[in-house]
Amino acid sequence: MEKLKFELQSAPLSAQQAAVICGVVGSGNLEVLVSQHDQADICQIEVTTSAVGFQHVWQSVLNEFAQRHAVAGLKFQLNDMGATPAVVNLRLSQAISMFKGV
Amino acid sequence: MNTEVLLQQLFPHQLDYQIEGYVIKGSAQTDVGQVRILGTVNAAPINQQIAMELAGEILQLVQQKQQTPVVFIVDTQGQDLSRADELLCLNRTFAHLASCVDLLRRGGHANLAIIFGQAVSGGFLSYGLMANEVYALSDSQVKVMDLNAMARVTKIPADKLKELSQSSAIFAPGAENFYKMGAINAIWPDLETDWVSQVLLNQQHVESYLVDQRRIVGQQRQGRVLCNHIIEKVIHS
Amino acid sequence: MDQVMIKNSFYEKTARARILAVVDEHSFNEILKPAEIEVSLHLSALDIPGSFDDGVIIGTARLNGTPVHIMAQEGQFMGGAVGEIHGAKIVGLLHKAIQDQTQAVVFFVDSGGVRLHEANAGLIAISEIMRAMLQVRNAGIPIITVIGGTCGAFGGMGISACLSSTIIMTEEGRLALSGPEVIETVKGVEEFDSKDRALVWRVTGGKHRYLLNHVQALVEDDIADIRDAILTQLDAKVGPLDLEQLLKQQQQLEHQYQRWFGKNDGLQIWHEMGISQPEKIPMLSAHEVVLVKQG
Repeated sequence: MEKLKFELQSAPLSAQQAAVICGVVGSGNLEVLVSQHDQADICQIEVTTSAVGFQHVWQSVLNEFAQRHAVAGLKFQLNDMGATPAVVNLRLSQAISMFKGV
Repeated sequence: MNTEVLLQQLFPHQLDYQIEGYVIKGSAQTDVGQVRILGTVNAAPINQQIAMELAGEILQLVQQKQQTPVVFIVDTQGQDLSRADELLCLNRTFAHLASCVDLLRRGGHANLAIIFGQAVSGGFLSYGLMANEVYALSDSQVKVMDLNAMARVTKIPADKLKELSQSSAIFAPGAENFYKMGAINAIWPDLETDWVSQVLLNQQHVESYLVDQRRIVGQQRQGRVLCNHIIEKVIHS
Repeated sequence: MDQVMIKNSFYEKTARARILAVVDEHSFNEILKPAEIEVSLHLSALDIPGSFDDGVIIGTARLNGTPVHIMAQEGQFMGGAVGEIHGAKIVGLLHKAIQDQTQAVVFFVDSGGVRLHEANAGLIAISEIMRAMLQVRNAGIPIITVIGGTCGAFGGMGISACLSSTIIMTEEGRLALSGPEVIETVKGVEEFDSKDRALVWRVTGGKHRYLLNHVQALVEDDIADIRDAILTQLDAKVGPLDLEQLLKQQQQLEHQYQRWFGKNDGLQIWHEMGISQPEKIPMLSAHEVVLVKQG
């Protein structure tokens, strides 16, 4: 198991919202909890993952996510049980849609 | 030590019992009067028939309206592994047996369980763990599953489990672990004291047993440090 | 497209999604929301990522305006199995239900039983769940349990489920004590071929349990049907678990044993019950099976 922390630059999201959660910590899956934090210019992502040694893959996936979406001011907490980058992206997108109330 | 010797030591006055198959039924005199003895022996694999028999005995006793105290004997390897028993919903019969033990409590019968040999998983859940108090003899084996079997099912190496069990009572077999977690009241070091009479004398206020205290005891003994706090948080939410 | 004909599966949803789909819109208030409590340290000690809710969602909600207390186990997380935190959430909700004098407790059971990684805590927690469920019942509060998820209800959760006042099952659901794989491992494939899925369902599945009165309702794997079945139970009167009731249960168990013990396949019993073409039961819809039982 690995615990990883990322701080990413991103465009700001101004929505005032209660935390939302999506996904489930099943095999090949993950859960994503999104909440607001007090650093409006940074997106914080904490990952707890069953897979070990994939920091660079997470870095790349999460960087790309933070470029594609406006997520500064938000904190993402991920509990991951070996999801592929495709599934990670899916859950992150789902989470941000839910958070924006879309 | 064999069952007969243990019983004679625990019940030195007017002990009268019979063992048929895996079931023991009997009575004895104690400082609180006559008590009923009921339970399993010889590492019983508990099946439909045994569970129904134990439940039936309890219900007959309750019908007598004498609030006779009950001492449950526990020596079970767990539930019987049998398709025929599962077909008729063995878990439901276990739930029924557990409800009957609970009826004893609500009916004002003092009661306790004594683990003689093994107390395992579903068999233990069905009646022993439902008693007001649970005591264990010093060489009893209390567990959910053997460490090696646990290693196979969880795919965690047995060595890792053994290492972790040195510092945590949370999963490894052992009466001491269950004591620490609040499910066993005490492990009797010897059989020279009249433990049974002592326990039953202390159960004078039977109503106080209507509240399940195990989570509080587990916290006090630091065997379960999370659950009591969470339960309180939920109740007060 | 005719919306009514499209099945809205309960089975495929996460625990939280099941609750949200079944209860009145916007009525669910989750107790101990994600990140309000720590993720289980017992799991991290074993290098396993935990879940923010430790595999069970609890809270209050409304069903057709009636307030209820509700719990749903997450079968996809650690097999829905009960650990220290998971068990405490359930026990807490049951005690809160008594304190709040709720109209009913609704329980979506989806669990293999004790979480082995926290074996002792899990076993004791299940015993505490059993005590608490009995307290809820004896306070006159119905417990309406739905079994229709991936794990079904096994082990200590199979026992606990049977302390409910009503069990609603779908065909997909299973209810038993030991898993067929465990029975096969210890007793051999003759005793139980756990890879014979059809057999597993003829022994532990929703249709068999319903036909033998082990559960009270059988419905399609559909949110609307499940919601309706729960609503029906909300109005039903439930008696106490007193001596009279337990004597009745004892009689039912003894009768069932005398009549059927020794059979090892649901098919044999359905045949002897007088059901014509019992081999077709697995093909029938839930509604058709209900009709078969009635007539």
